[in-house]
Amino acid sequence: MNNIVSAIFLAENIKKIEIHAPRIAKKRKAGQFVMIRVSEHGERIPLTIAGSDPEKGTVTLIVQGMGKSTRELNLKKEGESIHDIVGPLGTPSHIENFGTAVSIGGGVGTAIAYPTAVALKEAGNHVITINGARTKELVILENEMKAVSDEAYITTDDGSYGFHGFVTQKLQELIDSGKTINYVLAIGPIPMMKAVAEVTRPYGIPTVVSLNPVMVDGTGMCGGCRVTIDNEIRFACVDGPEFDAHKVDFKNLSDRNRMYLEEEQQSVEAFSHKCQLGQQK
Amino acid sequence: MDLKPMTTKERLAIPRQPMPAQDPKERIRNFREVHLGYTPELAQREAMRCIQCKDPACIKGCPVNIKIDKFIKLIAEGDFLGAVRKIKEDNILPAICGRVCPQEDQCEKVCILEKKHESVAIGNLERFVADYERETGNVELPEILPATGKRIAVIGSGPAGLSCANDLARLGHSVTVYEALHQLGGVLMYGIPEFRLPKDIVQAEIDGLKQIGVEFVTNTVVGRSVTIDELMEEEHFDAVFIGVGAGLPWFMGIPGENLLGVYSANEFLTRVNLMKAYDFPQSDTPVFDCRDKNVAVFGGGNTAMDAVRTAKRLGAEHAYIVYRRSEAEMPARKEEIDHAKNEGIEFLLLMNPIAFIGNEQQWLTGVKCIRMELGEADESGRRKPVPVKDSEFLLPIDMAVISIGNGSNPLIKQTTPEIEVSRRDTIVVDINSMATSKENVYAGGDIVTGGATVILAMGAGRTAAKAIHEKLAGQAPDFDNE
Ligand SMILES: Cc1cc2nc3c(=O)[nH]c(=O)nc-3n(C[C@H](O)[C@H](O)[C@H](O)COP(=O)(O)OP(=O)(O)OC[C@H]3O[C@@H](n4cnc5c(N)ncnc54)[C@H](O)[C@@H]3O)c2cc1C
Ligand SMILES: Cc1cc2nc3c(=O)[nH]c(=O)nc-3n(C[C@H](O)[C@H](O)[C@H](O)COP(=O)(O)OP(=O)(O)OC[C@H]3O[C@@H](n4cnc5c(N)ncnc54)[C@H](O)[C@@H]3O)c2cc1C
Ligand code: SF4
Ligand code: FES
Repeated sequence: MNNIVSAIFLAENIKKIEIHAPRIAKKRKAGQFVMIRVSEHGERIPLTIAGSDPEKGTVTLIVQGMGKSTRELNLKKEGESIHDIVGPLGTPSHIENFGTAVSIGGGVGTAIAYPTAVALKEAGNHVITINGARTKELVILENEMKAVSDEAYITTDDGSYGFHGFVTQKLQELIDSGKTINYVLAIGPIPMMKAVAEVTRPYGIPTVVSLNPVMVDGTGMCGGCRVTIDNEIRFACVDGPEFDAHKVDFKNLSDRNRMYLEEEQQSVEAFSHKCQLGQQK
Repeated sequence: MDLKPMTTKERLAIPRQPMPAQDPKERIRNFREVHLGYTPELAQREAMRCIQCKDPACIKGCPVNIKIDKFIKLIAEGDFLGAVRKIKEDNILPAICGRVCPQEDQCEKVCILEKKHESVAIGNLERFVADYERETGNVELPEILPATGKRIAVIGSGPAGLSCANDLARLGHSVTVYEALHQLGGVLMYGIPEFRLPKDIVQAEIDGLKQIGVEFVTNTVVGRSVTIDELMEEEHFDAVFIGVGAGLPWFMGIPGENLLGVYSANEFLTRVNLMKAYDFPQSDTPVFDCRDKNVAVFGGGNTAMDAVRTAKRLGAEHAYIVYRRSEAEMPARKEEIDHAKNEGIEFLLLMNPIAFIGNEQQWLTGVKCIRMELGEADESGRRKPVPVKDSEFLLPIDMAVISIGNGSNPLIKQTTPEIEVSRRDTIVVDINSMATSKENVYAGGDIVTGGATVILAMGAGRTAAKAIHEKLAGQAPDFDNE
């Protein structure tokens, strides 16, 4: 059991949760994640470590309510606890002073990219961040991102805030302006990561994406998280989650992530039903 | 009981007592244990069959040399608790080993009766007395020697780690077991299904260790959450035992392995056993819905049998074993093969998959296989299967489970490079002490041997415990370290 030290919504459906986990807080590096189980019958789900406070012994997760497990987690309040947390897992981000580094986040991907953006800044990079959301209300970590960026851009699909358009359009604009870009990190929905890879490919800009296959153990034991990189099988939980964007088979990843669509819907329906019953009481 | 000593002839006249089991038609609809266990009468009758050899071959056939003749004699005399205590002198997990050891390749293979009659059912008897002890509430807490002040970290809570922890704790050392998963027990919990090894039994063994003071820390991946060096230097452990198992599933490297519906055996069994996917949606983790579907499992070991029988219990219409050699070469326990057959598992032998085929949506629809024939013997002494020309055919299936073995997780190697590993990434040890190339670090079980057996893992854990104890005994106690 791990205690929740604080829990606040950053945007509708996106919650920032600080959990007591001293060992993880001490060891974690940018790009690593934890596996958590919210309750006794819960599934094991991966969540990126957005930050940590080794003194306080806490790690911060930023969670978007997608299906049953993440919604259940987002109902948790300060003072409550989660059943299990294990980590830090995965290979840490490769950090060096590349020169100019662009960190691109889409939706909750912004939260996943944040710790790596911090590390890139600390390594001396000129950091440009581009964070996209569908609409103004869903923009998260704006101030945090600004604080680590030499240039910070926000894009919204509907133009309600910042640049009107997709993150890839902003990236193309930067490239077209003649800026030298030495490194791109892109984290978000699969179509976004794939689009970023296609933007940078012709220029040969080294590009890294963080993949989100369905995981079970998160330790390399089951192979459920396998992804295809350069036509070879790799386990995202140990070899990743970050991979060279130009070598990723995104289609295989999005296909495999559909494996449990029906079951996921069934879970969410059962869960919503339970929540409604709870509210009526 | 008739007290007149029996003659050998009379003993030999008793047939081997089969163990009562759930009816196959019934059991493929539940996950309860297949075998129901001997009654005391059956056990005694079976024990009477042992002719008490002067130089019992069975003992040499047992990897940990249980005093088999002696414990069987105690059963024949009706002293069941005496019998289990006799076993526990050499094997601390008899309820588990009695169920999962490949007896037909070990003690029962060399039992003197095997040639002309059938061997004594040593495994069944071992299991009976262990269950008897537990079910009658007679498990005694072992004697614990005075505290030594030495601290040992055990990594992994499979049979190797549990056995090592047990022996060290009894010798008065303070033992902490670190486990990566949220559940203790290793393969005994996440791999071997309930219908073969009820989880209560494994849990009872773990509870026993807690009672003698072993500390368990779950959700801790050594190498990531904490390294071996940190355990020794910052947390002041005097020695470390590595029992992390062989947990990196191999794939076949054939086209279509990433289609939807293709699993490794580890993933399939973990979802069902550890995450209780059979109980979805009460339990949150889903697994492919096998009901009325065709499922093929590739491989011929215990893991393959467990996977295919699990798929059958989840409602599969056809559940196939696809194996590239013949039945004689199958590494699975004979009993599991027999049980699988009784449960309607279809064996497609001398066949090898060459490609998985999927539909537009990337769901698996079939597997292309080729027939094989047995050629020359290879290094392992088994005849090597070779493909028969132009014999390809398509087997329509909806789910596939790949069960061709496991490699070693490289995490320990990556984070503690001083520990020497083989080319296959298994840890290299001195077999007499299980010492690795790093001072005060020992290893045993599947991480040393590659995928093997519960009894060998247990034996290795105990050998290491003895060596650790001897090594630490030579050092002054240090009660003051925190
Ligand atoms: C390395 C990694 C880091 C991640 N970091 C974050 C993060 O910081 N914040 C965040 O909000 N989300 C993160 N995710 C995604 C998060 O794990 C999923 O949203 C979550 O598992 C969905 O579970 P659910 O029951 O709520 O939804 P479901 O309804 O079960 O599924 C919704 C979608 O989530 C994915 N998913 C489902 N189960 C799993 C699983 N066991 N493992 C992985 N993906 C799954 C599937 O693609 C599915 O379509 C990360 C994923 C990975 C692989
Ligand atoms: C499905 C299946 C069926 C089998 N059936 C039989 C059978 O019938 N008879 C038989 O004799 N054998 C059988 N075996 C083989 C037997 O289970 C193994 O040989 C035995 O469990 C090995 O024991 P171990 O202690 O070495 O490792 P494991 O049982 O694998 O335990 C290792 C433990 O270490 C943990 N771990 C791994 N890495 C770390 C880390 N870095 N930090 C912390 N913890 C870690 C793992 O999570 C696991 O809990 C079967 C195996 C499988 C998979
Ligand atoms: S070899 Fe068979 S008959 Fe002889 S002591 Fe062992 S179990 Fe009894
Ligand atoms: S999640 Fe099981 S191997 Fe990666």
